[in-house]
Amino acid sequence: MAEKFYVATSPHIKKNISVTKVMWLVIAALLPAYIHTVFLFGMTTVWVSLAAVGGALVSEAFMQLLFKKKITLYDGSAFLTGLLVAFNVPPTIALWKVALGSAFAIIVAKQLFGGLGYNIFNPALAGRAFLMASYPADMTSGWSAPANGFLSLNPAASQAAADPAVVKFLDSVTSATPLNALKTARAALNDPGLEDQARHVIGELFSGESVINAFLGKVGGCLGETTALFLLIGGLFLLVAKLADWRVPAGYLGTVALLAWAFGGIDGLFTGEPLFHLFTGGLMLGAFFMATDMVTSPITAKGRWIFAVGCGVLTFTIRMWGGYPEGVSYSILLMNIFVPLIDRYTVPVSFGEVKS
Amino acid sequence: MLTFKGGIHPPEGKALSEHKPLKRLSLPDKVIIPLSQHIGAPAKAVVQVGDEVLTGQKIAEAAGTISANIHSSVTGKVIGIGEFPHPVAGRGTAVVIERSGEDRFFEYPTYTVETCGREDFLKIVAEMGIVGLGGATFPTHVKLSPPSWKKVDTVILNGAECEPYLTCDDRLMQEESRKIALGLLLMVKNTGAETGIVGIEHNKPEAYEKMKEACAPYKELKVALVKTKYPQGAEKQLIDSLTRRKVPAGGLPLDVGIIVQNVGTAFAVYEAVYEGKPLIERAVTVSGEGMKDTANFITRIGDTYERLIDEAGGMKEEAGCLISGGPMMGFAQVTARQLPVIKGTSGILLFTRKQLPGYEESPCISCGACVSVCPMKLLPTQLVTLVKNKRFEEAGEMNINSCIECGSCAYVCPSRIPLVQYVRLGKGALRKISARERAKKEEAK
Repeated sequence: MAEKFYVATSPHIKKNISVTKVMWLVIAALLPAYIHTVFLFGMTTVWVSLAAVGGALVSEAFMQLLFKKKITLYDGSAFLTGLLVAFNVPPTIALWKVALGSAFAIIVAKQLFGGLGYNIFNPALAGRAFLMASYPADMTSGWSAPANGFLSLNPAASQAAADPAVVKFLDSVTSATPLNALKTARAALNDPGLEDQARHVIGELFSGESVINAFLGKVGGCLGETTALFLLIGGLFLLVAKLADWRVPAGYLGTVALLAWAFGGIDGLFTGEPLFHLFTGGLMLGAFFMATDMVTSPITAKGRWIFAVGCGVLTFTIRMWGGYPEGVSYSILLMNIFVPLIDRYTVPVSFGEVKS
Repeated sequence: MLTFKGGIHPPEGKALSEHKPLKRLSLPDKVIIPLSQHIGAPAKAVVQVGDEVLTGQKIAEAAGTISANIHSSVTGKVIGIGEFPHPVAGRGTAVVIERSGEDRFFEYPTYTVETCGREDFLKIVAEMGIVGLGGATFPTHVKLSPPSWKKVDTVILNGAECEPYLTCDDRLMQEESRKIALGLLLMVKNTGAETGIVGIEHNKPEAYEKMKEACAPYKELKVALVKTKYPQGAEKQLIDSLTRRKVPAGGLPLDVGIIVQNVGTAFAVYEAVYEGKPLIERAVTVSGEGMKDTANFITRIGDTYERLIDEAGGMKEEAGCLISGGPMMGFAQVTARQLPVIKGTSGILLFTRKQLPGYEESPCISCGACVSVCPMKLLPTQLVTLVKNKRFEEAGEMNINSCIECGSCAYVCPSRIPLVQYVRLGKGALRKISARERAKKEEAK
């Protein structure tokens, strides 16, 4: 008979789950989208992601050495941040800039706040914001391969247009991301010379074919913005595996869809195309993989609804009336700020507690 | 299906022992009977070394209102009173009795449900040293005699047995259903209640059928299936599941007109009233992957864990962890040697070294898993943060004292944070703070 048994506090059994497992499973959930992106952009995807993940891992190890902490690269959290940074940059950006974005994400947004679990902002989105501020041109142009031909504009119409302003307008919308095109077209609505063309472009964008193209990734955008279908597959896996709370994507996507339907049209209320807004830009990535980041989202069920709806309102507001065509990353970063406040005011009434 | 909000579904582990009928264990040569086997003051010994005692003879007397009598579980001679290992307290004073040849019972009067009046009933329950056998061991006579201004309408019998691995209540309900039903009937009649409900988790269909059959003759008694979910057997959760009544925070089931007792307790009540038998035996499950074989025993109080393990088939070479009680709320033991079975010992579980969870704590990632499983709807991770930062009063405001320490939060935590342990620390610190404040107020007077 064993003399001494191992003694620990209850409970003596634990669910087979760990932070490391959670992180690697989220990374696995990103795989379908990643593979699709490799198909879309070829080796560019691989190089960009290597630079991003490499930058994140080196930064994490460096900071942990500097702070004399245990090196925890195996836990997958830095790997995941790096991968998400890669999903948030356009394919044409210089690799060293990608690595720099990852370094900012890990060093400033994560480790300086205390490391895993203590960061206020989603590190990958902070990295993206850093790159947007530092290299706006690299971050907002150069949409390559899949961008070509996502609009099936009537060639006759553009050829017939003798007006150079119209030609310029059509050029700019056909070489942009769908959200860029929408922004440009909406702005052109007020220009009497362009109004007809702009209406035509918006009609094209909201058409079934365009929405399907966006859903299948046949549009321009950042690496992770162009694969709505595959992000959805990974996202559903997260929900089924309970690695993300369904309330966040449901509240986020639902809010954007509702607002897009109500206010997104050009012929008055409730003429918008919600599916266009759901499948374009970074919304799928943001709703399933960024807003659900455990560390930077609320812990209460009610808080998660508030957080998700807030993200949705901000995203649509920026898309419609803001200075940027896309607002997912800033919306989530802004809502990150409110998380402690939301948690504080959504403390559930405990069992048997009498509300005073 | 009837249930509560929150909770978890750990692997049940009951298949290891649920098919093993209750087996009456042979009498031990020696019993070690601790004086503290209940919540409240330890009993005061009324025997001395050298005294001859009969089986069922009182050897220690309740010391105060919340305390319980203790009886000899064998016929023999007191050979020592001293410090011994204790499965809950670590160590404690115990009376050691060496068994002589025969098993002669001390005689007590017997009654039936018809002849046993309220006063007799409470006296018997107190005299026979009955305590809650679900594990908490609260003196039963105290629970059954509520103050006159509290009206009790329902007695709930807890047959949930939600702790994984434990099967002794399941077996007891299958094999002694009639006696359990009569025990419940006694409690219903003598507390002025109208109804008695037996709540059984739906993973025990045989027990449910048997109990339903046994309760059928009595119009006061009902049997209900509740969802298999941990902690279904926690008092407040079971009340919620069965009646939708919410026991107020800091309150007792009495505040919603309910008394909850374990099925084992009902069985003990029956034996005490009908057979004049004090609480000297109980059903114990010996199980776990660290055992060569498993068993459900009826064993005398004071028999040792060591002997029960051997009698069940012995432990495997790779056994590394010994638990008294269930795996969720039980107590880890250093050794099985001279470790006595007490009134609250529901299970003796052996786990292998491989099964032991890693305890290396990593930072909280705010996943909120603890929040979604907490059956008391608390924010466990925030309580832990407050306790770690010694902000105990704030933890108090966040209802840390409502925590029932079921361990659901720690079970699901991916960061392996021992949340329950931190909550206990916080509760302890709060108790000290309020004691200090009381003392200050006294001084001020």
